[in-house]
Amino acid sequence: MATMTSAPETSRRPRVYARPSARTRRGRKLRDNLTGYAFLLGAIFCFALFQWFPMIRGVVMSFQHTRRGVTTWVGFDNFVRIVQDPSFWTAWKNTFYFTGLALVLGYAVPFVVAILLNEFRHFKGYLRILVYLPVMLPPASALFLFKYYAYDPSDAGLFNAVLKFFHLPTSEWMQSPTMTMPAMVIASTWMNMGAAVLIYLAALQNIPGELYEAAELDGAGLLRRIWNVTIPQTRLILALLAMLQIVATMQVFIEPLILANGAGTQDSATSVAYLIYQHGFFQNDLNGAAALGVIMLLVLAAFSAVYVRLTTKQD
Amino acid sequence: MTRTLISQAQIRRGRGRYVYWAALVTVLIVFTLVFIGPLYWMVTGALKSGQEIAQTPPSLFPKHPETKNYADAWNNLNLAKLMFNTFYYAIGAVFFQLVFDTAAAYALSKLRPILGNVVLALMLATLMIPAMVVIVPQYVTAIDLPFVHAGLLDSPWAIWLPLVANAFNIFLLKRFFDSIPEDLIAAAMVDGATPLRTLWSIILPMSRPILGVVSIFAITYVWKDFLWPKLVMPSPETRTLSVGIYAFSGGTPMNVVVAASVIAAIPTVVIFLIFQRNIMSGLTAGSVKG
Repeated sequence: MATMTSAPETSRRPRVYARPSARTRRGRKLRDNLTGYAFLLGAIFCFALFQWFPMIRGVVMSFQHTRRGVTTWVGFDNFVRIVQDPSFWTAWKNTFYFTGLALVLGYAVPFVVAILLNEFRHFKGYLRILVYLPVMLPPASALFLFKYYAYDPSDAGLFNAVLKFFHLPTSEWMQSPTMTMPAMVIASTWMNMGAAVLIYLAALQNIPGELYEAAELDGAGLLRRIWNVTIPQTRLILALLAMLQIVATMQVFIEPLILANGAGTQDSATSVAYLIYQHGFFQNDLNGAAALGVIMLLVLAAFSAVYVRLTTKQD
Repeated sequence: MTRTLISQAQIRRGRGRYVYWAALVTVLIVFTLVFIGPLYWMVTGALKSGQEIAQTPPSLFPKHPETKNYADAWNNLNLAKLMFNTFYYAIGAVFFQLVFDTAAAYALSKLRPILGNVVLALMLATLMIPAMVVIVPQYVTAIDLPFVHAGLLDSPWAIWLPLVANAFNIFLLKRFFDSIPEDLIAAAMVDGATPLRTLWSIILPMSRPILGVVSIFAITYVWKDFLWPKLVMPSPETRTLSVGIYAFSGGTPMNVVVAASVIAAIPTVVIFLIFQRNIMSGLTAGSVKG
């Protein structure tokens, strides 16, 4: 930061002439700690109320049942009820499908785009703005655009018009159970990929140019240089974003809600997050929703454990 | 300019130059179509009449552009009120995040009270908790606060307070404060400045760039957020833009819904075009949580 380097240098330290007594020292220490916590108070209050406490409460709620204001412990009843819900397995199947498809599309595309953009010496700013622009749209706005204009099942829709122009078969998009998921992944990737592209670009700019130079002198072609220099050099950020993307896409909610009106054609869009929303806020089953939340937490924790295992093993 | 995948020399000479420019022009056209195309379609589609939007093949330019859909959206969906609400929540979020998160980050970075590291670790641990997992207990907490037994439904506090609990902000601010030399603080203390005075007169003026990033992120976060405001702002008078448009989408012609979506997106797009440098640098500086 420019402001930082221009800051006045103060190398002289305050001189202490007399050693304060043990009692005043202890008194000052207590006062300093109290001052410190006075500054922390607001943040600690909000964290306690809306993060730490709900985390514990969620687990507690999943083992309880509340009816007419009376709360009782019910053991694993909520979990049993949730698992027996016919939508439970459909929701997990759909969520894993969405996550997998988003990994194939939403994970590879930003990396390729970043590699491409990093090579251009002109219009750099413009291209970055373009890629990041959809990230700034409110998701609800962007999804209504996709729902009404892009995924219009008739030939008046944007996507079908483009497909027709190239004489390709058109699709029913959200009306078709097999196209629902790919359509949701396309919309989601379009909305979210900008952030990943910019993070990759920052990582690519940190690769020392000599590595490419040396690889080229050794006769490595373009693809070889990507495989042997670019990917190993960005390995950590690639692994981190993969993890973050899995955690984010496993919670997919607004795409099914707006594009597919929740469940979608033949339940092809129901996600676990949507099921939590359904149980908690429509079926008046907050305890069941909490239990589903705990299950989701365990699944995501398992993913994280695998990630930590894989990334630490290689070093 | 450091060397990248392809060397400068290869691009400057002969065939390489043509390939470079051909690739650049292709990418410019394709990217403009992919990223601006849908937005163009959205803005002009909402200018078309109900019949024109349903015709095949669709028209590239609206034949008789009319602003009726936009006017209907503005009036029927009460967008002015929704926009005011969203703006009000966003400004409050900026205020409370700046006050409480900078104070907390300052305490953790410079005052370092006893067990401060434990507090920081507990805060950062919340980054690992997926939002959907705690949404139900958060909601239960918001409708019936512990001890006081008051609810926050339809109150702006229901949006402001949870946003203060933002570990990413604390992390970003603390890391910035950590880079401010300790001697500067010591000098201020010798001159008799209280911790509050030091924060106000020395730390904050030096931290303008990071405070800007935090503020812009807070505004865009509130503008984009959907599920939480949908849950805690149930009445039509307190809704945010996104939630209000969604609530009306069922019984409203689709052109009007899209027109409303365009209007809702204008503020964040304008903010982005003005502050794009800060936003992009903030994103890659602290990275990770999007």
